[in-house]
Amino acid sequence: MTDSPQDDVILAEGARAAPIEALKDKGPLAPPRSKWRDVWEQFRKHKGAMMGAFFLFIITFGVLLGPYLWTLDPQALDIRNKDMRPIYTALWNSEAKVGWNHPLGSDQLGRDNLSQLIAGGRASMAVGWAAMLLSLIIGTGVGVLAGFFKKLDGPLMRLTDLFLSLPILPLLLVAVTLFRQPLRANFGPEGGMFILIVTVVGITSWMPTARIVRGDVLAIKEREFVLAARSIGTRPFQIIKRHLLPNVLSPIMVSATLGLATAIITESALSFLGVGFPSDFPTWGKMLADAVARMEDFPERVLLPGVAISLTVLGVNYLGDGLRDALDPRIRGR
Amino acid sequence: MLTYAARRLVLSIPTLLFISFVIFMLLQLAPGDPMAQVPLTVPPEVKEKMRQALGLGEPPLVQYWKWLVQMFWTEPKVFIDWLTRDSFLFGWLPDTSLYNGELRVLSWQTRSPVMDIVLQRIPQTLWVVGMSYIVGVLIALPIGIYSAYRQYSVFDQAGTFVTMVGFSIPPFFTGPLLIVIFSVYLGWFPSIYDTTHVVSDWESFKYQLSQMIMPVMVLALQTTAQLSRYMRASMLDNLNQDYVRTARAKGLSEAVVVMVHVLRNSMIPVITVIALGVPAIFGGAIITENVFKVNGIGQLLITALFANDLPMVMTLTFIFAFLIVMFNLIADILYGLLDPRIRYD
Repeated sequence: MTDSPQDDVILAEGARAAPIEALKDKGPLAPPRSKWRDVWEQFRKHKGAMMGAFFLFIITFGVLLGPYLWTLDPQALDIRNKDMRPIYTALWNSEAKVGWNHPLGSDQLGRDNLSQLIAGGRASMAVGWAAMLLSLIIGTGVGVLAGFFKKLDGPLMRLTDLFLSLPILPLLLVAVTLFRQPLRANFGPEGGMFILIVTVVGITSWMPTARIVRGDVLAIKEREFVLAARSIGTRPFQIIKRHLLPNVLSPIMVSATLGLATAIITESALSFLGVGFPSDFPTWGKMLADAVARMEDFPERVLLPGVAISLTVLGVNYLGDGLRDALDPRIRGR
Repeated sequence: MLTYAARRLVLSIPTLLFISFVIFMLLQLAPGDPMAQVPLTVPPEVKEKMRQALGLGEPPLVQYWKWLVQMFWTEPKVFIDWLTRDSFLFGWLPDTSLYNGELRVLSWQTRSPVMDIVLQRIPQTLWVVGMSYIVGVLIALPIGIYSAYRQYSVFDQAGTFVTMVGFSIPPFFTGPLLIVIFSVYLGWFPSIYDTTHVVSDWESFKYQLSQMIMPVMVLALQTTAQLSRYMRASMLDNLNQDYVRTARAKGLSEAVVVMVHVLRNSMIPVITVIALGVPAIFGGAIITENVFKVNGIGQLLITALFANDLPMVMTLTFIFAFLIVMFNLIADILYGLLDPRIRYD
């Protein structure tokens, strides 16, 4: 026990024995370090997180810049070169139909697999990021409001509980199949589907964020600096903006990574079940679903999009794991 | 505890009513027309009559009320009749015959009662999903315990990696992958689940096992990944506690310390997580059932959705919601029962 009276006595003796100069305040030895630098250094120690971040970075840039490097149109039909195998098949099967014009092969209509992968990645990543941002905005908004305003706490948290007890995947399927037609009519086949999937995934996945943010806001709003801000007459929304939101940033970032992973998986699952984007618009889930029927002859068409989905989600999950460790002040520095 | 359970049970009724109302109103907005498949030669007044026969003529609120009555008044009567007439447990009771021909919730596809079809499909789902959940729990717990006990060891690192992978690979990828490897290349297991298969002797039992392995493993991978992480975190929380040091200081063997003292305390949150995961696995099984062609309730929901069979979709979604609410309640009560530190009153 450190706070027993004997300890004080020992400490006092030690201090008396020391020369007076030792008591002088020489100032901090090292310049003060910013919080984010500490976070970065802890993050760098987590190898999996670094790999995850690196891989996510590569995939994001790959799908963003890919269409400029590999300019083949993913929807162009090249029926003479249909059912080509990936170039690496030539290593063990010299009779395979391969060619550098389609390095990852082509599908049963002669569409290039590589450009389809890039385009599909664009769609999946766009849906993932947009749905994640939407669910973050809703979740943070609900969490902050519920934590900060006592009157809103009860109703908003009941609403959260209610949403948590909704069967998500069945409801997603219901919503997507039911509202496909009107949205397609208004925003075009791709735009309408994009809006629908992003909205539906966003609306059904904000609850964990809201709960975490509310808990943190409840704790932070009792702290002295919020009291000080309040005492000089800061308005509630200014307090939220200047004092609360920066302090709940770390849990929000962690749930953002998890949200990105779930959004990508959900979009692919919907595409896989055949209720996602229109049939000529490639996404990873749709490529996988289309290839399942012929996977005996062309296993790479299942493997390529499947591995792409899995690696992206794995990278995002590891990134989230590392972020959680790095942003936790109890673990940091150990 | 009892008052808490009773209060939660009463509170779950308005929740369920609200959820069913939301789902019903969502389905009312559906643009699909159940008469779309009827040939154009059928005159409009006949179509109107068919629409009336499906119960579509009334305003939505009346339709919702009728669904409620059918679901919560007529169906229980049918169920009690079945219990006292045919079931093994209560068959000796006198036949109640409460049900006398009221309209039940009818499927638009087959024009037969929805609940009958659901009851036909539930065993398939329960066999595959339930078995996978048990297998997943049985694998996850030892992995979690051991990787917490040897934290940062090779086993722990490998376990963390495998659970991360299991967490990240979606079932619609692992499913086809397993089919390619084990049914196409190796030919060990059938790729399609045969639901008409009857287990009568040793050979048919072996076939049943071989067709269940792949869907069960796909679902169990997801369960294992989540649960073993929870188990590991929960064990780690407890391993550094003072009472563990006390137990070791008393000279208890390491096995007793870990498997009795620590495990019992770590199981409290894990058991609630297990309870909470049961409804989620029903929802997640939709994809796996689709991959392996198991005609359970998930596959029923998909076909009903594509066929615009609104009563079926409504009832199934409500069943899923009911499962979630009930298992939330069970998890909370279990938590209170297992942990004497938790006081709800």
